[in-house]
Amino acid sequence: MTATLPPETGAAGASAEPPLAASRPALAQDWRRLVRMGAVGAVAQVFIALSNMPVRLDERVIVKPVLSLGYLTLLIVPFAAGHRVGHQIKREGMPQHAAGAHEVAGGAACGAVAGGGLSLLAVLLANFDLREPLVNWSPMLAELLAFGNATRFAVVIWLLIGAAVGALGGGLRLLGPRTRRAVVTMALAVGGAAVLEPLVVDLAEGMRLEALTDRLYARRGGINWTSALGLAAGSGILAVLGRGRIQQARAHIAELEGAQRTRTNGLLILATAAVLIVLPLFAGKLTNELLANVGLFVLLALGLNVVVGLAGILDLGYVAFFAVGSYSAAVLTAATSPRINPELPWLVALIVVVIITGLVGLFIGAPVIRMRGDYLAIVTLGFGEIIRLLFLSDWLSGWFGGSQGITKIPGAGIFGLTDVAGTDPRRVFYLVLAFCALAIYVSWRLERSRLGRAWMAVREDETVAEAMGINTVNVKLLAFVVGAVLGSFSGAIFSAKVGSVFPNSFLILVSIVILVVVIFGGMGNIVGVIAGSAVLIGVLGGPKQPGLLAEFSEFKLLIYGALLIWMMLARPEGLIPSVRRSRELHQQEMAQDAWLKGQVEDDNHDDGGSGPQATPAT
Amino acid sequence: MSADGGQPAAGPLLEMRSVNAHYGAVHALRDVDLSIYEGELVCLLGGNASGKSTTLKTLLGMLKPTSGEVVLDGEVVNDRPTSYRVARGVTMVPENRRLFKRLSVRENLDLGAYLRSDTDGIAADLERVFELFPRVKERLSQKAGTLSGGEQQMVAMGRALMAKPRVLLMDEPSMGLAPALVQQNFELIQQIHEAGLTVFMVEQNANMALSIADRGWVLQTGRVVLDDTAENLLAHPDLRASYLGQADT
Ligand SMILES: Nc1ncnc2c1ncn2[C@@H]1O[C@H](COP(=O)(O)OP(=O)(O)OP(=O)(O)O)[C@@H](O)[C@H]1O
Ligand SMILES: [Mg+2]
Repeated sequence: MTATLPPETGAAGASAEPPLAASRPALAQDWRRLVRMGAVGAVAQVFIALSNMPVRLDERVIVKPVLSLGYLTLLIVPFAAGHRVGHQIKREGMPQHAAGAHEVAGGAACGAVAGGGLSLLAVLLANFDLREPLVNWSPMLAELLAFGNATRFAVVIWLLIGAAVGALGGGLRLLGPRTRRAVVTMALAVGGAAVLEPLVVDLAEGMRLEALTDRLYARRGGINWTSALGLAAGSGILAVLGRGRIQQARAHIAELEGAQRTRTNGLLILATAAVLIVLPLFAGKLTNELLANVGLFVLLALGLNVVVGLAGILDLGYVAFFAVGSYSAAVLTAATSPRINPELPWLVALIVVVIITGLVGLFIGAPVIRMRGDYLAIVTLGFGEIIRLLFLSDWLSGWFGGSQGITKIPGAGIFGLTDVAGTDPRRVFYLVLAFCALAIYVSWRLERSRLGRAWMAVREDETVAEAMGINTVNVKLLAFVVGAVLGSFSGAIFSAKVGSVFPNSFLILVSIVILVVVIFGGMGNIVGVIAGSAVLIGVLGGPKQPGLLAEFSEFKLLIYGALLIWMMLARPEGLIPSVRRSRELHQQEMAQDAWLKGQVEDDNHDDGGSGPQATPAT
Repeated sequence: MSADGGQPAAGPLLEMRSVNAHYGAVHALRDVDLSIYEGELVCLLGGNASGKSTTLKTLLGMLKPTSGEVVLDGEVVNDRPTSYRVARGVTMVPENRRLFKRLSVRENLDLGAYLRSDTDGIAADLERVFELFPRVKERLSQKAGTLSGGEQQMVAMGRALMAKPRVLLMDEPSMGLAPALVQQNFELIQQIHEAGLTVFMVEQNANMALSIADRGWVLQTGRVVLDDTAENLLAHPDLRASYLGQADT
């Protein structure tokens, strides 16, 4: 009945902000919560320190000479804890307090507790040798923690650093939205410039702007502290002047409708395309290599997105299609492949590759899609490994070279015009770009097609989808095949780019990384998938491909894991959620609400009908 | 059995001829005979686990009979897939409505018309659904799972109507609805029926179902134990005892 109608939107309190109550006194803290949070931070600090990140990343300088990536990893936790501890949960009818000394003091205390983890660690490092179980229990770590001084210094300094950084984190709450935006912009500008250093230097060389980067960056890496100040000031001023114009513009675009919307979107796409086409001309090997790697993963992630995001089939063995694409392209084009070597031109081979991978998709998909849920995921995991083991096996080594793999694979010849090989990453990137464009277009069309709708129906409720007349078996198989074909593009380019394929390039890890990219970016969303690849593959690096923060490569999985956990907790819809998906997730609670109410009604409905008792014989 | 006498000369629209159906070893339907004629409103009664939903699944082709025949419009469709039968006008409103909860109302309706390609016809039927359920039109972009139970029932019916059915199979349409809504719901079914649609309804709410139905069957552990007009069924002593919950009146 009307009483069971859910509210229109979830954001009940978002409309009108109630006035703030006076700020609380500095010492009126919720100490228990503060210490709990600080203790969690302390554990995290110790964990980070013992993961060896600070020592290994100490070489990567962010701001010369004051801050290295290694030390940065030790500052993040107290900062976050100090900021978080001042968080007030918004509750209807409860006053919100203005931020003030309370937040700064709380942040400082909480940060000090978190920093205290390192103090404790420094003492332990000096007095015990636990190198046996903990490989990173090293004098180097002790030295780093003490800044080369005595242990006593380390104890005091980390309490102080923790308090200072925590106070900064808490103090962030004192800033008005505009100032906060400026501060965040400044931090992003400096951080971005540091992270993107290899890229910026590379581009500057291409554009003959070395003079600029020489001034910005120190000789052996890192931003000069003077330039960092300048950069911060400049970006801060821009942020203040800009006053959220970007957000306004975005809101404006979001409001556009119909033809205007289409035109704006078209312009945006054109502009992006233009940048992507022109940029590589000025970029050196490094940048192009990076872009090409990102592109290869965009292709893979788009393929997996069809399977997981649209059709809802959790495929943990997606690497199989990447492998089949790579290997079949290698066999068809390389003169050195063991059994058959037709040495087809790459484009011709690609057609065969697509057919082969499509068939493999059918072959693997046929038994798999009859399963549901967790069983399906586990079986796909198995298939992913089986394919790799087949390529590795002695049994098929006459075809695929076993562990020797296939080497000397020629580059991709396009109509005999150009030869795209790994030696020229720019051409590789253009090739990847072309296929990405194709894959994006295909995904975009599919999503809006009748087939796309059928996929979503199957994802939601397979039985009902069948009752609607959807041939669920065919539809799911088709998702598998489309995903396989998109993955095979990536594989075929990969083998031409690298020039060799080995079974070890296709570990389970690749499947996982692709899945993480899809989840991180926002499942079922094309832009999200691209953004996810750019951030994860471009910055952190792929399974074997170095990213911008090449120093991170050994901690990559750790960070993937941490990011994923944070993502699931804070932003389950992904980096750039599809409109649909965020609607799904944020209306979840209301759905449960509606369901509960439904249950209540269920109880009422029996009164006219029969009880559950057995029916008598007639 | 009976009841064929007073029906129009044409054969039944949908028919089961001594159908047996199993889930693995479980014998869910035993020699079931049913016939639904064009323009009828008929109902299938039965207690829990008597095989009502199984009957609908078998009619729609989601479960294959182990023996016997399912006949649609004179054609034996045992080996035809669900999509074939949906395309020929058999549509189901599933038990508990079962909307695609995380899709919008609009997408749910579109999926109802999944097998159709006549754009004009679809648009016209959409208008008809809006006419029947103005409420649905207001909530087009809302996620179906967030609708109230009553609204979900409307969308479920709308989704089924979008398939342009000739016979509508409804699995316990009153389940999970408040008493007042149940009444309203049956009125709606009657209204749709009067507009020319054949309805085959599965119910536990025997009183209510028989009050609007022409004929009915009673199913018990997979077997048809009663097959009569609604009037006679309502008066049947055994049925009164067991389903209408009024043994001694
Ligand atoms: N998928 C299945 N697998 C195995 N057994 C099933 C399956 N579906 C139904 N059954 C069994 O078949 C019998 C009939 O089930 P059915 O769902 O048709 O009952 P029903 O009359 O619709 O009951 P209810 O009124 O509770 O919905 C039950 O004993 C049930 O346990
Ligand atoms: Mg049932």
